[in-house]
Amino acid sequence: MALIQINNVKKSYTSGDDVVEALRGVDITIEAGEFITIMGQSGSGKSTLLSVLGGMNHPTTGEVEMAGVKLYQLPGEKLADFRAQNLGFVFQSFHLIPYLTAAENVMLPLAIVKMSTAAKKSAARRALERVGLGAKLDRLPNQLSGGEQERVAIARAIVNNPHILLADEPTGNLDSKTSEEVMALFRELNEAGQTVVMVTHNPENGSYSDRTINLKDGMVVMTNA
Amino acid sequence: MKLHTISINNLKRRKAKMAFLTIGLMVGIATIVTLVTLTGSMSSDIERKMDEFGANILITPQSNGLSMNYGGISLGGVTFDQREILEEDLAKIKTIKNSKNISAIAPKVLGGIKVGSHDVLLVGVNFDSELKMKQWWQIFGDAPKGDSEVLLGSDASKVLNAGPGDSIKIKEETFKVAGVLDQTGSQDDALVFASLPKAQKLLGKEGKITLAEVAALCSGCPIGDMVTQIAEKIPDAKVSAIQQVVEGRLKALDQFKRFSYAMSGVVIFIGSLIVFVTMMGSVNERTTEIGVFRAIGFRKSHIMRIILLEAALVSLLAGFMGYAAGMGGAKLALPFMAESKNAQLVWDSAVAFGSIGLALTLGLLASLYPALHASKMDPTEALRAL
Repeated sequence: MALIQINNVKKSYTSGDDVVEALRGVDITIEAGEFITIMGQSGSGKSTLLSVLGGMNHPTTGEVEMAGVKLYQLPGEKLADFRAQNLGFVFQSFHLIPYLTAAENVMLPLAIVKMSTAAKKSAARRALERVGLGAKLDRLPNQLSGGEQERVAIARAIVNNPHILLADEPTGNLDSKTSEEVMALFRELNEAGQTVVMVTHNPENGSYSDRTINLKDGMVVMTNA
Repeated sequence: MKLHTISINNLKRRKAKMAFLTIGLMVGIATIVTLVTLTGSMSSDIERKMDEFGANILITPQSNGLSMNYGGISLGGVTFDQREILEEDLAKIKTIKNSKNISAIAPKVLGGIKVGSHDVLLVGVNFDSELKMKQWWQIFGDAPKGDSEVLLGSDASKVLNAGPGDSIKIKEETFKVAGVLDQTGSQDDALVFASLPKAQKLLGKEGKITLAEVAALCSGCPIGDMVTQIAEKIPDAKVSAIQQVVEGRLKALDQFKRFSYAMSGVVIFIGSLIVFVTMMGSVNERTTEIGVFRAIGFRKSHIMRIILLEAALVSLLAGFMGYAAGMGGAKLALPFMAESKNAQLVWDSAVAFGSIGLALTLGLLASLYPALHASKMDPTEALRAL
C-alpha cells in the first residue's frame, strides 16, 4: 500500500471576483522511502500541492490519504496532532524562531510531547549532529550562516522521526555550493529510509531525487523516474 | 523545552515592547493602589482624629422640660422634675458591651457663680480628659494643676480683667489663673473652668455632675448601639449621639471615594486598552512564528497558552511593581491630602493581593482576544511561503 495517495485533488481560491484554480484534479501516489521532487513554474500550483499534502490546506474536492489515514476527514485538532506525529516541514525561509537557540528550535516539535527534558535535549542533539551542527547547539539563528540555518530547519523537521519530510524550496535562499551540501543531506536522509517530498524550481535538485513530478497550471503534466 | 520556554524567551527578546506594556499596566495599578490607599489612610486619619477629640456621645440629665432657644438666642426654659446624674453612675459606662470603643469620658458640673461683681458660669472639669478631647484649645499660660488653679475663657478673661498668673476670688477663696483660652468662637469663651471636685464643692453639688461627654472610637464602632447601652446603664440620664461633625467629614470623604472609584474605572479601561493593543500588535508581528507552530502540529490551545502565559507573566510583574509604586505614591501624597500631618499610611494586605490579582485579571482578559486571534490563524496564510 502506498504511503501517500492523492486522488483527484482540486483547490480553488477566490481572488476578488475571480476564481483561481490552483489545482485541477491531481492524482499522485508516493511510496514509503521515496525521494520526490515537485517542479513547475511560479503559479503552477506546486506550493499549494505541498500545503495540501502537509495537512494545512483543505482541498476543494478530492482526498489525501497518508499512512492509511484520510487527512481531511480527521476531526478538529486531530489534524494538528497528525502533523505533529507524522510530518516534518522545511520551509523556504527556514522560519527559525529568532529568540530560541539552535537546540531549542530543534526541540520545538517536542514542546508539545510528553517527554523528559533530558530526552528532548538528547533527541535535539542527535538531530543536530546528524546534520553536522553538533557543535553549535547554543547558537541563536542570527549567529549561524544561511546553510547552517537550513540545517537547523532540517534537524527540526526530523527530530520527531516523521513518516514524511516535506520541503518547500529548501535551497531557494542558498548559494550553489551550500545548495549542493543541503541536497546531499536530503539524499543522505532518504538513503537512511526517510521519505522526502520537495518542491523546487531548480532542475539540478531533481538529480538527487528518485522521481520528479512536473506541474503546469495545476495539473500533473509529466512524471520522470 | 516546554511551552513556557517559548513565552519566557519571547518576553526576553521583546524587552522594549514588554517594558512598555509592563509600565503601562504598572502605572494603572499604581494609580488605583494610590487612590485606594489614600482613601483608606484618610478615613483612618479622620476616624483617629474623631477618636482623639471628638466627643460623640452626650449624657445629660433626664428632664421634662421645654427649651426656649431659637437661632442661638436662649430665652431660658421651662424645666421641671430635673434629675441629677451621680458621678458614681459614670463608672457604669465602662461596663457596657462596647466599652473597649470608649476612649475618654469627660464629666462636667455647671453652675452660675459670682466672681467679684460679675455673674459667670463655672464649669468643673477633669482637666486630663478635657484637654485630651479638646485638642484645638490654645492656652496662653499653663493648663491648671491642682484644685487651686482655674482656666478662663477669652471673654471671661476680659470681663474679669484677669490674665495668666493673676488671682481671682470665688466665694472668699483665691484661685490662681493658670491660663487663658485663645478665642474658640464657642461657649467655652465665656466660661471659668475649675477642677471638678472644687467646682462641685463651690456649687454645692458634691458627687453630682451636670453632663458628661463621651468620645467613642469610630472605626467601625456602632455609636447608635453604644447610646442604647449607656442609656440602659444610666436610666436617669438622657444619652444622645452627636452626629453632625462625623457625618460632615464622612460625607466629604465619601465624595473623594466616589471620585477615586471613577478614576480607577477610567484607569482600568486605559490599562486594558494598552494591554490589548500591545498584545494584538505582538500577535500580528509573530504571524510567521505562529504559522510555524501550527504547521509543526501545535494545537490552537497550545498557541493560546503561549500568548496568555506571556500576558500573565507581564501582568504579574506589573502588579507587583504597581503595588510598590502605588504605595510609594500614597506615602508621598498623604501628607498633602490628609488633615493631620502625622497621618499613618494604611498597609492593607487586601490591597496588595487585590492589585496583583487585578493586574493578572486585566492582563489575561485584555489578551484573550489576541490569543484567540492567534490560535485561529491559518498556518498556510500565516506562513505565506507555502
